[in-house]
Amino acid sequence: MWRRKRPWTEQQVEEIVGNLLRGGVILAAVVVVVGGILYLARHGGATPHYGVFHGEPADLRSVSGIVTDAWSWQSRGIIQLGLLLLVATPVARVTFSVFAFVQERDLTYVIVTLIVLAVLLYSLIGGYW
Amino acid sequence: MNILEFSLLIWLGSTATGFVGALTGLGGGVVLVPFLTLVFDVDIRYAIGASLISVIATSSGAAAAYVKEGFTNMRIGMFLEIATTLGALLGASLAAWMPTSVIAIIFGVVLLYSAYLSSRPLPEQLDGGPPDPLATRLRMNGHCPTTLGPQSYRVHRVPLGFSLMALAGVLSGLLGIGSGAVKVLAMDQVMRIPFKVSTTTSNFMIGVTAAASAGVYLNRGYIDPGLSMPVMLGVLVGSLLGARVLVRARTRLLRTTFALVIVALGFQMIYNGLTGRL
Repeated sequence: MWRRKRPWTEQQVEEIVGNLLRGGVILAAVVVVVGGILYLARHGGATPHYGVFHGEPADLRSVSGIVTDAWSWQSRGIIQLGLLLLVATPVARVTFSVFAFVQERDLTYVIVTLIVLAVLLYSLIGGYW
Repeated sequence: MNILEFSLLIWLGSTATGFVGALTGLGGGVVLVPFLTLVFDVDIRYAIGASLISVIATSSGAAAAYVKEGFTNMRIGMFLEIATTLGALLGASLAAWMPTSVIAIIFGVVLLYSAYLSSRPLPEQLDGGPPDPLATRLRMNGHCPTTLGPQSYRVHRVPLGFSLMALAGVLSGLLGIGSGAVKVLAMDQVMRIPFKVSTTTSNFMIGVTAAASAGVYLNRGYIDPGLSMPVMLGVLVGSLLGARVLVRARTRLLRTTFALVIVALGFQMIYNGLTGRL
């Protein structure tokens, strides 16, 4: 896919980035809605307690834990998976930009974009996977 | 109040916040945290986590529309994102050990400053002098569509703009906001990029900046699904509606009202921080 004969024009890149962002947000919102309906159906009658900070349980703090929870249809895990997809949208956008700059043969911006990507991946995965 | 009622109220409030935020251009994130902490008595760390998530949703949603209009300058955005993401990582790490009362006070000061910025019309910066050689080397100078056809612009004072962006990143990571006001200030006033290019590029950057702190927040357990769900969905719906109405709304009175609300919330946050209630 990256080895197209004709390189993307600037306009095509903008078009793809726009669709990527929109698709990511829509997908994330749908997953959050599904998880939210399950959550309210199962726990809607309980009392909320956000006044004191406990922090989330360990399984809702890591990528692998969230995926495991969502896989077993736990409502909070599904919502968290949707939020994770939302966070992944800008990361996907930056990843795509790396390829766009590569095929423009703009080495400076390939490096710039890789630095940004490294910071994002470090934050998201760094030591907590 | 049970979780169902709580979620519904939070959802309604977040929708209103996102709506007014988009309509006034002041962004909804900055009033979300005071709304959650002062009205619903939510711990500020949960509030900041939920707010950050909603910031990513609105930024990506709006950027999708803006990018296609051709105002966004991806090179400027990408280069400055080095500063904002590193700043955001630092800010999110600071948030972990800083007392919540101090965070509340900083939050209040940022609220007051945002209100001040919005009440004062920013002087139009003319494209004076030669561009920063660094900007030329980094190929940041571009052109944007205007009613008179494509107009070229040049970029100035890159190092100062870059530093301000790092500060915007720290604030975003520390407070869970987009800090669009500081970003626009850096691009519009310091780097003298045309206003429309500044605002759209800033919006484009907000999502990436917020994603950099989101990982840290998640690992620290700040992001609660039960709270973030109504907040994210509400702000998303509200801001999309706001962007639709924006074209025909007369926003002057609304902006003034909203700025006054922000001032009130700012003082309240500072007061609660000083008295140790947050």
